[in-house]
Amino acid sequence: MIPELGHFALIIALCLALAQSVLPLIGAHRGNLAWMALARPAAHGQFVFMLIAFLCLMYSFLVNDFSVLYVAANSNSALPFYYRMAAVWGAHEGSLLLWAFILSVWTVAVTVFSRTLPQAMIARVIGVMGLISVGFLLFMLMTSNPFERLLPAALEGRDLNPLLQDPGMVMHPPMLYMGYVGFSVAFAFAIAALLGGHLDSTWARWSRPWTIISWTFLTTGIALGSWWAYNELGWGGWWFWDPVENASFMPWLVGTALIHSLAVTEKRGAFKPWTVLLAIFAFSLSLLGTFLVRSGVLVSVHAFATDPRRGVFILAFLSAVIGSSLALYAWRAPRVKSGGTFSGFSRESLLLVNNVILVTAAISVLLGTLYPLILDALNLGKISVGPPYFSAVFVPLMLPLAVLIGVGPITRWKQDDAGSVLRRLIPMLIGVTISGLAVLYVLTRHMSIMTSVSVVIGLWVIVTALRTLFERARKGQGGWLGLPRAFIGMTLAHLGVGVFILGVTLTGAYSIEKDLRMDRGSTVIIAGYTFTFEGVKQIPGPNYTANQGTMHVTRNGKEIAVLHPQKRTYLVQTMPMTESSIDIGFFRDLYVSLGEPVDNGAWSVRVYYKPFIRWIWSGALIMALGGVFAASDRRYRIAVRNKATLEPNAAAARA
Amino acid sequence: MRPQRKKRLMLVLLIVIGISAAAALGLSAFKQNLLYFYTPSQVAEGEAPRGRAFRVGGLVEAGSVKRESDGLTVHFTVTDTAKSIPVTYKGILPDLFREGQGIVAMGRLDDQGAFKAEEVLAKHDANYMPPEASYAVKKAAMEAMHIKPGQKP
Repeated sequence: MIPELGHFALIIALCLALAQSVLPLIGAHRGNLAWMALARPAAHGQFVFMLIAFLCLMYSFLVNDFSVLYVAANSNSALPFYYRMAAVWGAHEGSLLLWAFILSVWTVAVTVFSRTLPQAMIARVIGVMGLISVGFLLFMLMTSNPFERLLPAALEGRDLNPLLQDPGMVMHPPMLYMGYVGFSVAFAFAIAALLGGHLDSTWARWSRPWTIISWTFLTTGIALGSWWAYNELGWGGWWFWDPVENASFMPWLVGTALIHSLAVTEKRGAFKPWTVLLAIFAFSLSLLGTFLVRSGVLVSVHAFATDPRRGVFILAFLSAVIGSSLALYAWRAPRVKSGGTFSGFSRESLLLVNNVILVTAAISVLLGTLYPLILDALNLGKISVGPPYFSAVFVPLMLPLAVLIGVGPITRWKQDDAGSVLRRLIPMLIGVTISGLAVLYVLTRHMSIMTSVSVVIGLWVIVTALRTLFERARKGQGGWLGLPRAFIGMTLAHLGVGVFILGVTLTGAYSIEKDLRMDRGSTVIIAGYTFTFEGVKQIPGPNYTANQGTMHVTRNGKEIAVLHPQKRTYLVQTMPMTESSIDIGFFRDLYVSLGEPVDNGAWSVRVYYKPFIRWIWSGALIMALGGVFAASDRRYRIAVRNKATLEPNAAAARA
Repeated sequence: MRPQRKKRLMLVLLIVIGISAAAALGLSAFKQNLLYFYTPSQVAEGEAPRGRAFRVGGLVEAGSVKRESDGLTVHFTVTDTAKSIPVTYKGILPDLFREGQGIVAMGRLDDQGAFKAEEVLAKHDANYMPPEASYAVKKAAMEAMHIKPGQKP
């Protein structure tokens, strides 16, 4: 009964999504206020029915209703209840439901926080989001119904993929989808502006907080995914340039470019057509990400679904969305006047360089991700693009960008004197270089050119961000308390980049990884830590049995940690899983995982020393925190509260 | 030239230079890092390059897995059911590496014609094998029936 209710709720949601999209869009075109006014109630109705559908599926998981095919395929009565809830988005059908549900959440948020928008604008924005929802609901109902019955019912479920039974995986997909789907708001704003022909600074100010919030979710989601891979895949890497990771990284790169170009459009009225294009691309890449992961065109650690029919639908949907929005862009964008002149050296021109670099990076990831697929589809051979390609392209692109982070925020809008900016920065550059290299030499005694350059650049980003902050607090009104949140947000995000660069560089250069055979009682010394292997014991888990090893870690005779890496065998899928054990530290992680039993109680073991690896995720989280600050800036809250929209200049003067 | 034009020109130049530098960089890195895939039959017939890394995939032949006493060095053969090639790998194998299962190995041929793997990937869930591995097996089966891969039998 409950699954049928969920299925029925999806059908009603589809009808409401149709009403939410078609009528307000036509109403906005014809100037019919009554039709435009339908947008909000239809969006609220759609949300209610999406919520019902979502709760129905979750209920089916919680009560172990194995007469539902999706539940039977992805759950088990021995699965702990929190993983049963997370199993809702553990595979294809449920992820789509999550996607569509999150879209309706974002739509309701738009209806609530955009009361000051002109009626036609809001009708178009909600209408466009409704159209996207129609696409996803049709997709679900036609090819991937999560409520499909399994008759006769299974006695027991096939269990959730053991790889996904991890706290990181519980949170990773919702966060990632909040980011992906959030870009639909920026996209809808861009399309609405193109349709209405009002592409001005006000439009940029409306889109900005939405874009920043989605970017914040996406950043957190990607960081969680990376952390999960580090914990769960058992070999201590944090990023693999796997196509599925790339799928989430491309929208992030373009979204980051979008945040920066929106700043220019809001403050200076420049870059308008470019900003709109970026908004379209950011969302298109989010859709592409969904397509890549969920259609089964890739096979990787994440790709669990395989069904070509679905691929064809998403591909058609993708072409319809990208094709129609680019056609609209080609038709309308030439009329948009890009205002705001600026000179060759100004904050605008630096941000333009930022955009070029970020978009180039996104294109190179796209090339490395899609080229093997295209060759394969055309029967031209099977190839793959190795991680060295991405590093070779990324490092030379990102390091100059990081250098610019220190320059951009202290450069004036419109025009600045390159000489005077440089004169302010050179003492810092010298200071950072000398102190950075000295510390690195004292601590490590050996350093390559690349490591030294990256460490200096990482420190440079941190020091320049802090200095900008102190300077602003000293000179601005109200001191520290008077700092605008947008400014704090920007500084934090840049600080995060610096922390991230240091983490990546130091982990890459100074990690010690040993794969070795360890007998019971044998020891190995890595980076001053003594690891003593105490053997392996069998222990039971809720839905698995595990061989659990014990590893004592001491340093100078003092006990540092006792680690318990496991080799689990999940009972239902009889799938072995390596569960690493990690002693977490601010400056280093000690990482141990079990390989295979060799003989006489000896095992092959991975023992890793990973300096500064926490800084990678901390950097990403600091960036995300910056996003939270920036999105909650006073001028956006005022824009929500006041009926009258602010003059763009007034906002620019304050920030 | 008017300042407006000059500015535009500057920007366009900047973008063109940036993009072409990135393109040159990207394409050369791309060429160096392309990994081609060969089936065990192709490797046995000498189609695979010597001294350059490539990928090979198929099934781990039953009974072929031998471990050395260091617990890390593993020898096994990979087959597409028509031909098989010997593989050596030093390190910890993925969780789902088993005899009779599909795997893909990345590495290069040594002087004796054995494949030294730097990385071994197994299927990552219980339901299917890596697409390259199943492709290799299907291709061998089709060639046994004198059909080119890609054609409908």
